[in-house]
Amino acid sequence: MIATRESYGKALAELGEKNNNIVVLDADLSSATKTKEFASKFSDRFINLGIAEQDMLATAAGLATCGKIPFASTFAVFASGRAYDQIRNSICYPNLNVKIAATHAGITVGEDGATHQALEDINIMKSLPNMTVLCPCDDISTKWAIKEAAEINGPVYIRLTRPKVENIYDENEIFQLGKVKVIGDGKDIAFITNGITMHECIKAKEILKENGINVRIIDLHTVKPVDKQAIVETAKIVKHIITVEDHNVIGGIGSIVADVLSEEYPTKIYKIGINDEFGKSGKWNELLTHYGLDGSSIANKAIEIINKDK
Amino acid sequence: MEYSYNDLKKIASKCRRNILEQVYSASSGHIGGSLSCIDILVTIYFKHANVDINNSKWEDRDRVILSKGHCSPALYSVLAEKGFIDKDLLKTFRKKDSILQGHPDMKHIPGVDMSSGSLGQGLSVANGIALAGRMDKRDYKVFCILGDGEVQEGQIWEAAMTAAHYKLNNVIAFLDYNNLQIDGKVEDVMNIANVADKFKAFNFNVIEIDGHDFEQIDNAIIKAKQEKEKPSIIIAKTIKGKGISFMENVAKWHGEAPKEEDYRIAKNELETGGVI
Repeated sequence: MIATRESYGKALAELGEKNNNIVVLDADLSSATKTKEFASKFSDRFINLGIAEQDMLATAAGLATCGKIPFASTFAVFASGRAYDQIRNSICYPNLNVKIAATHAGITVGEDGATHQALEDINIMKSLPNMTVLCPCDDISTKWAIKEAAEINGPVYIRLTRPKVENIYDENEIFQLGKVKVIGDGKDIAFITNGITMHECIKAKEILKENGINVRIIDLHTVKPVDKQAIVETAKIVKHIITVEDHNVIGGIGSIVADVLSEEYPTKIYKIGINDEFGKSGKWNELLTHYGLDGSSIANKAIEIINKDK
Repeated sequence: MEYSYNDLKKIASKCRRNILEQVYSASSGHIGGSLSCIDILVTIYFKHANVDINNSKWEDRDRVILSKGHCSPALYSVLAEKGFIDKDLLKTFRKKDSILQGHPDMKHIPGVDMSSGSLGQGLSVANGIALAGRMDKRDYKVFCILGDGEVQEGQIWEAAMTAAHYKLNNVIAFLDYNNLQIDGKVEDVMNIANVADKFKAFNFNVIEIDGHDFEQIDNAIIKAKQEKEKPSIIIAKTIKGKGISFMENVAKWHGEAPKEEDYRIAKNELETGGVI
């Protein structure tokens, strides 16, 4: 079991070994964001800005103008919120090669509570021109996402989470930027999801199988550029699409899928997510249950939807 | 080529005319603050900045970050005089298909080292460039022009802490201290005084000068280049609208473009050597 933020820390250190242009910035959170692994190996390429996220992102922009590949890390709520203008005007507008590896996204931050639980970061980042948005769900896909981010020429936002999770994919899995991964081939329900809720959807899939309901899970690891084709194909094949996210239902995966389908293939969809409210303190798995985002709740919602058909 | 202070005066005069032309033909732009920092920019580009007009991306070049990005007319004037861009482009300033965007655009304008416009970010950017220089063992300098209203932005002080913490002696900042912002005098809107003491407390090497005296600007840069431990800031007392008599020290010329009558008077003053 390994958290995606930990996978990031390891992948970053490996990347640092291979590429001298990788530099890492943090804002006093390197033990939480796991950039400290890189920092301990390459101290001359690690810059701590202290508790100053705006300064961190604009400093990263400056480094990028000199051919460096900066990875800047802090909590998602601060990266997308506090440093928004710097990301917009000093990174995205001049299309600079800064990677924002934002950890502790969603309510699974847990005990720190609402001020630290980013529930709108996908919405904010996807709306920026030139930005690529990645949300890997496990160790394998995170390692790919970090390597991929370094290869992309331009700004990238990578959404990472706090809790330890199982591997969903195996070592040899191939990922492609902008192309979904599909788990299962059920035609009753498709869950479109990413990140931590991938794991909950897998649990829901098993529960639903026992109830004779066949599910496929669409891993939307690349939120932007979104795989429009796959979303439309899915709508054509399955009876119901349910989007699941540890994010506000306003502006996240649900909104993106609704956007694509209303233009390309109008389909009623169902959204499961945080219903336009702030988070709260608690153990991360208890919070998932509280907000209807755990495997059982997701399965129940799917059953409810199927039953409406009858 | 070596430029004398008299040469710089002549170049600055041409630049002031360029600034007036840009803002007038666009009917838009920030003339007051461009006129207050032009002498600084001329001194930097013609006496100090190690740049190559044939290779604007030269990795060892000195960088110039116009953090007070709204004074793009000043930057564009100097880039034109220096030879980075064609003088003919100046009349296209702020027009729909021009590369001369309202605020500096590094993607399309040769010689612009960073896009700016949202205040308070340039010093952090300068620090990033300085840190890269140190990592790569390149000894270029990074000049950064700040506005006095701009230092009301908190990020400036974050960047100041960073510059001092990392001993970025290759950062040479200028404060264009013209004491005016949009809503009036800086000291009335949000007092920044005593700004020199503030930067000293932040561990900067602080030099105070008259921002329209070429010798003082030159000597300050020479002194700053010798500093080994600290970032430098040259606090330049300037006059907003300097060079056009009716604009000097008048807040409204922050972002108002002159109409025809004012333009003709201004043009005449600048051509006949009027006030300077």
